[in-house]
Amino acid sequence: MIPDAHIPRGDLGDKWDNCLDSLHLLSPANKRNRSVIVVGTGLAGASAAATMSELGYRVDAFTFHDSPRRAHSIAAQGGINASKNYPNDGDSHYRLFIDTIKGGDFRSREANVYRLAQISGNIIDQCVAQGVPFAREYGGYLDNRSFGGALVSRTFYAKGQTGQQLLLGAYGAMNRQIHQGGVRLHTRSEMLELVLKEGRACGIITRNLVTGRIRRHMADAVVLATGGYSNIFHRSTNAFGCNVTAIYRAYKRGALFANPCFTQIHPTCIPVLHEHQSKLTLMSESLRNHGRLWVPKQVDDPREPRNIPEVERDYFLERKYPAYGNLSPRDISSRTVKEVCDEGRGVGAMKHSVYLDFQSAIEEHGLDFIEQRYGNLFDMYRHICNEDPYLRPMKIYPAAHYTMGGLWVDYHLMSNIPGLFVIGEANFSDHGANRLGASALMQGLADGYFILPQTIGHYFAEADAQPLALDDEVFDAAEQDATRRINRLLAVAGGQTVASLHRQLGDIMWHHCGMSRSEQDLCSAIDQIQELRDEFWKSVNVTGTSRDLNQTLEYAGRVADFMEFAELMCRDALAREESCGAHFREEYQNKAEARRDDERFSHVAAWAYRGEALPERFEEKLAFECARLMERDYR
Amino acid sequence: MNLVLRIWRQASAEVEGRFEDYPVSGISTDYSFLEVLDRINEDLVSQNQEPVAYEMDCREGICGSCSLMINGTPHGPRPATTTCQLYMRHFHDGQTITVEPWLSRATPVIKDLVVDRSALDRIMQSAGYISVHTGEAPDANTIPVSKSRADKAFVAASCIGCGACIAACPNASAMLFVAAKVTHLSLLPQGEPERSHRVRAMVVAMDREGFGNCSNHYECAKACPKSIPVSLIARLNREFQHAGLLGHEYGGPIHHAAHEE
Repeated sequence: MIPDAHIPRGDLGDKWDNCLDSLHLLSPANKRNRSVIVVGTGLAGASAAATMSELGYRVDAFTFHDSPRRAHSIAAQGGINASKNYPNDGDSHYRLFIDTIKGGDFRSREANVYRLAQISGNIIDQCVAQGVPFAREYGGYLDNRSFGGALVSRTFYAKGQTGQQLLLGAYGAMNRQIHQGGVRLHTRSEMLELVLKEGRACGIITRNLVTGRIRRHMADAVVLATGGYSNIFHRSTNAFGCNVTAIYRAYKRGALFANPCFTQIHPTCIPVLHEHQSKLTLMSESLRNHGRLWVPKQVDDPREPRNIPEVERDYFLERKYPAYGNLSPRDISSRTVKEVCDEGRGVGAMKHSVYLDFQSAIEEHGLDFIEQRYGNLFDMYRHICNEDPYLRPMKIYPAAHYTMGGLWVDYHLMSNIPGLFVIGEANFSDHGANRLGASALMQGLADGYFILPQTIGHYFAEADAQPLALDDEVFDAAEQDATRRINRLLAVAGGQTVASLHRQLGDIMWHHCGMSRSEQDLCSAIDQIQELRDEFWKSVNVTGTSRDLNQTLEYAGRVADFMEFAELMCRDALAREESCGAHFREEYQNKAEARRDDERFSHVAAWAYRGEALPERFEEKLAFECARLMERDYR
Repeated sequence: MNLVLRIWRQASAEVEGRFEDYPVSGISTDYSFLEVLDRINEDLVSQNQEPVAYEMDCREGICGSCSLMINGTPHGPRPATTTCQLYMRHFHDGQTITVEPWLSRATPVIKDLVVDRSALDRIMQSAGYISVHTGEAPDANTIPVSKSRADKAFVAASCIGCGACIAACPNASAMLFVAAKVTHLSLLPQGEPERSHRVRAMVVAMDREGFGNCSNHYECAKACPKSIPVSLIARLNREFQHAGLLGHEYGGPIHHAAHEE
């Protein structure tokens, strides 16, 4: 079952302070005797590793990249929210909290989300002090913009490279600790297993990706900061390396997996132009501040977009959702784009995109204004599509982008396995059924800089350090499991490439468990996944050996885990008989609008691995004391 | 399009490498360069041969993983473009394209087209940051920073750490890379207290890794996918001299952290 979530007592605004006041503390001398493993060195992992080292803990940080600076946080474009209310437009912690809860369609914990809003301002302070070059006004103060569905301007940004600048800040903070000896960095090291001793997390098994060497690492606690799993759809906005392996391995060792079916499809991405296209590049949501989405009213309109008169264009978001228009939330925008394309009004060679048009913004604000704000994004589009967005509207289509689901954690960010903490995109906690724009960076850094370094001390103070050695039998067993899997992958020697099997899995997931889901589709997907998984283990071809750099082997291991995890995702989508946020079940709608079922589904679904048997589903009830449950209505 | 890719194959750092030709046909001009390599690799695996090892990750020009010397130019023929953002429309049908790893003494080959760029991390670890503990920062708007200064700092901060500048330089100098970080942090008031120490420590670390010196070829800036201006090297030299004149305000030797595997 699900353990207590440890939501602190008191009013919503007091909970985090009450939690901090009640945490047990460790003396500085004792902190030096405690060690932490951090897997993943993106925003969440790097900020956590740096801060814990500053506090005196001994930290080992692991990344499968050659450098922490490659983590996919680097690609976040748009910005980071904070309720600073610098623009004096009425923002507050409460408003950021309500927007985030509402954006998540009332499927996240009030206490967690309020804490996020409270901490958001500290993050900006921290990052500015580190030298993050946020956009500024001429007076020298920080600039804010409105972003994806927000009625106030609370988004801090650094052109379209906010994630890069924030990650380099966290990377710098971690580098300083590496230099001082508090963090030992292990690059090109991929976690293959979590190790437990008497039910507590005590270490990991890694593979060195250059030498192939399998190594054991132990610590008093393990932190997973390994990001999201959108690559289960094969084509996504994620980097190629993004995978589910670390958190899926932890799930198989007993960690609960929460809301795996909550996956966000981002509305504004570069569409598929050809079959072998490997990547769906995101075009920042901030473009929707000045760009307008439209398709021709007429099906199969052959005219150039500029030759289609205003009256024959359908600005479909402005028409359907006049209050929010082009700034409607991601799930609603994505589904509406899919709708108009399914009606046959899509544009482009594959008829599978819509226009994102800047003509009126250029006429109103001038070319310089648009260039200043979006110049690098326009360049990026021109590079990829070979078309000038200043002259012709962009063509965009939704793509898999972010996964709200992840390992279940309590208010302290600890999973149900004592000593296993999960932060950033890898946990499930704060975004509910749908994440608002510019809040992923906020959550990753809140977890890493401000929450985990405090709460982990409480765990250490409560639990005595367990004597353990690397030759303990728990390490023998975990290492054998990891080695056996590698040998099994190499032994198949079949006729299909890993990429082709991954493509097939992605097809199943995109069409059956993507923007729109139904019982029939999901049942069929589960059958198809099981068949494909058998096929994978019969026919995958992994060339080379396990004793050197073998990218095919790395990829095969990750896809093998996707093959199992895909089924869990579909089962979760099937069990959630309602539409909420990014999860849209065709059976549960009112005139094409999502129909939530608060009676039956106002809960977090957390799944426990049960070996050969079906996974077991548990529920954590969500209580709303402050936010009023309401239908999300952006019309 | 039909093409031949002449690719450097090298099983490990210890053995000698060689070029191999890989013909590939039916390529659309909308393919990215890496999608062509993917095609070649899928074909190789289907023939039970080991695919070409190369690095990439985000495929949107920001993570700095992709590299490749393409026809003698880092990141290929298009200015201000990473290899992952390079499209086949910039090549012509029937072309033979030579693909090599980025070689320098400080960035040795690991396998095929993959090189070890950890030297860049070690330079950053030496002092490429502002020392601020989590929690001690004042309100973000306490210190105004003029927009033009912040914008200049941003341009320098947009370096992706790919190492094209080193690959392009006849001296394998990492000065553009170091200059970018030194400029970014020295332009901001928050970076001021450690300004002298930072530049000295980073230059010492750079020299220790075996990178060469700048002798004004300017190939680095030409190869940079993020258009980091070469003028930053002049600023690096100026900052270094300035720090030398100020003396060792921090005192003590500049030591170096161990780097684990």
